[in-house]
Amino acid sequence: MTHLVIPGGESTTISLLLRSSELLEPVIDFAANGGALLGTCAGMIILASEILDGRPDQVALGAIDITVRRNGFGRQVNSFEADLRVDGVAGGPMTVAFIRAPVVTRVGPGVSVLASVTYEFQAGGAHEVPAVCRSDNVLVSSFHPEVTGDDRLHKLFLESF
Amino acid sequence: MMTEETAPAVTKATARVKRGLAEMLRGGVIMDVVTADQAKIAEDAGAVAVMALERVPADIRRDGGVARMSDPALIEGIQAAVSIPVMAKARIGHFVEAQILEALQVDYIDESEVLTPADEAHHIDKWRFPVPFVCGATNLGEALRRISEGAALIRSKGEAGTGNVVEAVRHLRSIVGDIRKITQADSAELHAWAKDLRAPYELVAEIAETGKLPVPLFCAGGIATPADAALVMQLGAEACFVGSGIFKSGDPAKRARAIVEATTHFQDASILAKVSRNLGVPMVGIEMDKVDVHLAERGW
Repeated sequence: MTHLVIPGGESTTISLLLRSSELLEPVIDFAANGGALLGTCAGMIILASEILDGRPDQVALGAIDITVRRNGFGRQVNSFEADLRVDGVAGGPMTVAFIRAPVVTRVGPGVSVLASVTYEFQAGGAHEVPAVCRSDNVLVSSFHPEVTGDDRLHKLFLESF
Repeated sequence: MMTEETAPAVTKATARVKRGLAEMLRGGVIMDVVTADQAKIAEDAGAVAVMALERVPADIRRDGGVARMSDPALIEGIQAAVSIPVMAKARIGHFVEAQILEALQVDYIDESEVLTPADEAHHIDKWRFPVPFVCGATNLGEALRRISEGAALIRSKGEAGTGNVVEAVRHLRSIVGDIRKITQADSAELHAWAKDLRAPYELVAEIAETGKLPVPLFCAGGIATPADAALVMQLGAEACFVGSGIFKSGDPAKRARAIVEATTHFQDASILAKVSRNLGVPMVGIEMDKVDVHLAERGW
């Protein structure tokens, strides 16, 4: 196996099932050995090194050195679509869906930001936050690329990782 | 050279965003809870969302009287207790209860037959709300009428508060069976299907094309054991709502956890056997011919 995708869903549930299905150790080993990982939304949370507003027992694999805030854009009424330019994705902006999405609050050394989104937060007003990050072997997005049917982020993952 | 473009606009409450949250709950269990403590037990057990209620359906059935939207303070207490999505129920046709639930920022509104209907002719015009709605259905026509009113998620109704899965199976088989038949229909037959189902032709044609509902299909009403959950998943449900079945049983935390595992591993009988062990006393349950009020008949 060369590539692994951790998709969207509920990160606390995925975390619990990773443990009970005995998949946690194999995924940690895969990441430690440089396996290519794509994490979208909940997948991004699982792969992050630090989680804010999470459950204390939930998995943060530390596969990519970022801090994320769960549900950082707010509840479902604050979920949204946006058109984003992503570095490395040709053919114009991607239309993507952020659904109770995590917000990246810190990007560590060795991590680059491939796309950002400007959002009017309920507290704190409008500011720009990273939406796609990458390290050598890990690609993460706070949005769901698949909900809007755009497969270019997956292509980037397969071709560049 | 172009100047740096202005920040891209964001668009909220699109059909894709509303249905998208339901897509993310697929494979999971949504649990009815009546207190913040129960909500925590549900989250600890791996629920993907909770439904905040004042009374579970079994108690509504026992107590009788008019069942209404829950007290906002109760819903807020549950929202504060957990980090997973929180849903809440409004009466069929009661769009002001829905407005209140929207003001509370619940993540999904269930326009539910478990509560006493407020309007006997009209369901809520769900397109008017940025918050997504889930609605129950006993058959495909009912499901498509709800989708045409703006529902972003359908759950087969079953018979809530009975602990008896027989109606859930009937409704799910009816919906999934008719979807299967429509995929075999020719173009002339699709018009007859639309007429017979009393559903918009465009939605019927979409099913013929895709072989599935335009929104996710979950199952509710009578699921009481891990085996029940796996049964409805094998019959084509994409996730389960479990109401009275968990918190009316002897060991809710253990049963909740087992139903989560069963819903994930619904095709693995050895895991189902493992998680079904020693769960304590299940909800007692009622046979259908002993049921006084058929909640599934509410709505049309």
